Parts: sequence; C-alpha cells; structure tokens
Amino acid sequence: MIRELAFQDVLYLVLAMRWTIVLTLLALSGGGVIGLLIAACGASRHVALRTFARAYVGTVQGIPLLAWLFIFYFGLSIVGYNLPPWIAATIGFSIYAGAFLGEIWRGALISIPKTQWEAALAIGLTYIEQLRYVIIPQAIRVAIPPTVGFMVQLIKNTSLAAVIGFVELTREGQLTTAATFQPFAVYLIVAALYFSLCYPLTRYSRALERKRRVVH
Amino acid sequence: MAYKFQFRDVFAQQDAIVDGLVLTLQLSAGTIFFGFVIGTLVATLLVYAKPWARGAAHAYVEVIRNTPLIVQLFLIFFGLPAIGIKLDVITASVIALTINLTAYTAEIVRAGIESIPKSQIETGISLGLTGPQVFRHVVFLPALKNVYPSLTSQFVLMMLATSVVSQISTAELFHVGSIIQSRTFRDFEVYSVIAVLYLCLSLLLRGGFSICYRIFFRKS
Repeated sequence: MIRELAFQDVLYLVLAMRWTIVLTLLALSGGGVIGLLIAACGASRHVALRTFARAYVGTVQGIPLLAWLFIFYFGLSIVGYNLPPWIAATIGFSIYAGAFLGEIWRGALISIPKTQWEAALAIGLTYIEQLRYVIIPQAIRVAIPPTVGFMVQLIKNTSLAAVIGFVELTREGQLTTAATFQPFAVYLIVAALYFSLCYPLTRYSRALERKRRVVH
Repeated sequence: MAYKFQFRDVFAQQDAIVDGLVLTLQLSAGTIFFGFVIGTLVATLLVYAKPWARGAAHAYVEVIRNTPLIVQLFLIFFGLPAIGIKLDVITASVIALTINLTAYTAEIVRAGIESIPKSQIETGISLGLTGPQVFRHVVFLPALKNVYPSLTSQFVLMMLATSVVSQISTAELFHVGSIIQSRTFRDFEVYSVIAVLYLCLSLLLRGGFSICYRIFFRKS
C-alpha cells in the first residue's frame, strides 16, 4: 500500500547512514592493507614489483566499480561460495580502494627526497629504522590530505553497493521510494545526507592541504 | 566441484554487446564534450564572475562533488517526473552524467587558470594583446596544458561511470551484460567479458588522450 512520507521514513534514512559508514570503514581497512602493499611495490627498487603495482592499479582503475561488485557478488558463486552482499561489497570496495590508496601512498613515498634516505643511512639506521623514523613520518604528512579526499570518493561510491542489495543509504532510499512513491523528496533527503557526510571531510582535507603548504 | 567456463553463450550475443559498446561510446563522447564546454564556462565564473555568481557556481560544484552520481541520476530520472518533468532514459542519463562531469571539470580548469602567474598576464598586456587574446593564449591554453593529466583521467573515470546509468535501464554496455546474464546465467563469463571490454576502452581512451597531448601541446 502506498503511504505518506512520514517522519519515521526520514529517521530510517538517517539510520541507514550507519551502514554506509560501516561499509566505508570496512573498505578503508581492506583497501588500506592492499594499498600499503601496492605502495611498497610501486616505490620499490625492483622493476618486477613496480610493474606489478602499475598493472594492478591500471587494471582496477580501468574497470568500472560496478563490474567489480558484480564479479564478486555473482561470479564467486561458481567456485561454490555464495557470498552475502556485504562480503561481496567489502571485497569489491577493498580491491578498488587498494588501487587508489596505493597510488596516493606511492606518490607520498617517492616524494621524499633521496637525500633523506642517504642521511638516515649515514647516521647508521637500519632499513626498517630509516622507514620508521625518517621516511614514514614525512610521507604521512604528504599522504593524509589526499587520503581524506579519497574517503569522500569512497563514501559516495558505496552507494553502488545498493545495486547488489546491500541495504545502505541509497538502497534504503529505493525502498522508501517504493513504499511512499515520493522519489523527489526521498532522493533529495538521501542526497542531503550524503552531503552532510562528505562536505565536512572535503573541507577538512582542504584545510590539511593548506596547512601542509604553509609548513613547507 | 570443478566449474566449466562456457563463453559460447556470451559470444553468441555479440551483436547486442557491440550495440551496448556503441551506446557507451556515444554517451561518453557526449558527456565529455558537454562536460568540458560547460565546465570551462563554470570555471571562468568561479574565477572572474561577480561574487554572487561565483558563490552560485561554487555551491553547484560543492553539492555535485559531495553527493553520489547514482543519487543524482535517480533524482533526475525518478524524482523529476513527480514534479512534472518527464525525461526518457537517454536524455536523463546524458543530463545526469553531464551535470556530474561539469562540476569536476570546472574545479580542475579553475585550478589550472589560477596556476597561471599574474606576471605572465601582465607581460601579455604589455605586449599589446587584447583582453580576449590574453585569456586565450596566456591564460586558457597554458592552463589546459597544466591540468591536462588530471582532466583526462577524470574523463576516463567518467567513461567508466557511464556504467551507472545501466541502473535506469539505459541499454549501454553494462546493461547489455545484465540482460545476457539474466538470459544465460553465465554470471562470471558475462561480467568478465564486459570488464575486459571496459579495460580496453579505458586503455584506448588514455592512449588517445596522450596522442592528443602530443598534437596540441608538444609543438608549443
């Protein structure tokens, strides 16, 4: 039965935001691990590892995110795993986020001048110590603003998980539309909720970037 | 249990796949063209316009860049008819994609325009160039050259994002994939073929853009 758009519907939409946030955090942790590996390979001295990182990033960024989600949601059933939507979405988004984070972090690592490595070596630090005390603290300052910026992309892209039936903000919007038949009002609210998540992060990322520029 | 891959059912539908590929290319080309032209106009508003127009352009860019494409698409295709504006799927797709790409293009081109040092503009004026000439030769073209990499990778991302309009049943490549999947149940085969086609398209597009760069900018 078609009913009016009530306050309760708005409340459900607001509550659905937590699944958007949960999926973003899952993707961020999965993507973070992959991203670290890809960044380490991409900044390495070995040609083979660098080629591997480039091939991974190129392949992932050359295929629509929607296709990754469908491959893991439908595709893995053939090897006998029937994945629930949230696991398929987490795997798909981790692979996707891994490529972008890997590329951002590789850029941060290679932006540290070679003289810093040499200086760290000269005062007798081991390779791990060089990374731990000299390179990474500097690279993090470069990497954080674009990483926060990418989080905005990730939050927005989790909306695609609605397509494989993961009930987050966009899917909740579709369900509410089906019940109330007021798509204009519902999708405006959904858009406003995404904006309220993303805009502060966008501002924060920009502020961090400005601060970094001033320091240098 | 070993799974036997069967691509035959998928390749039997190659005519439909080619049609989808063509529509994806048309959608991408249209979106990139309109997105670039309107985006450049919005970028000039962001830099040169009066404060109220600049504020409006800025608000537009921020709203679009901080909400998902699929929600913008649903708002246009499902939401607008509720207030009396009815659009067919192709028009709704092109409008939604263009509105989205315009915001990104505007922001990138604005950054490009602002990267031109003031002294260069003053040099242009003191050489006796007119205002429009200064804008074209001293500001706009060098600005485009500076932001060319980020602009073109945005275009490639937009080509991939056209797959999202399959969700309002625009018959582009991804939607054709979904139809074949529901007919043949060859999930993995269908989506891997579609994925490889997108990968080829994005490689071709990247290659094309770097050839364009050589043609337009290397000589200068």
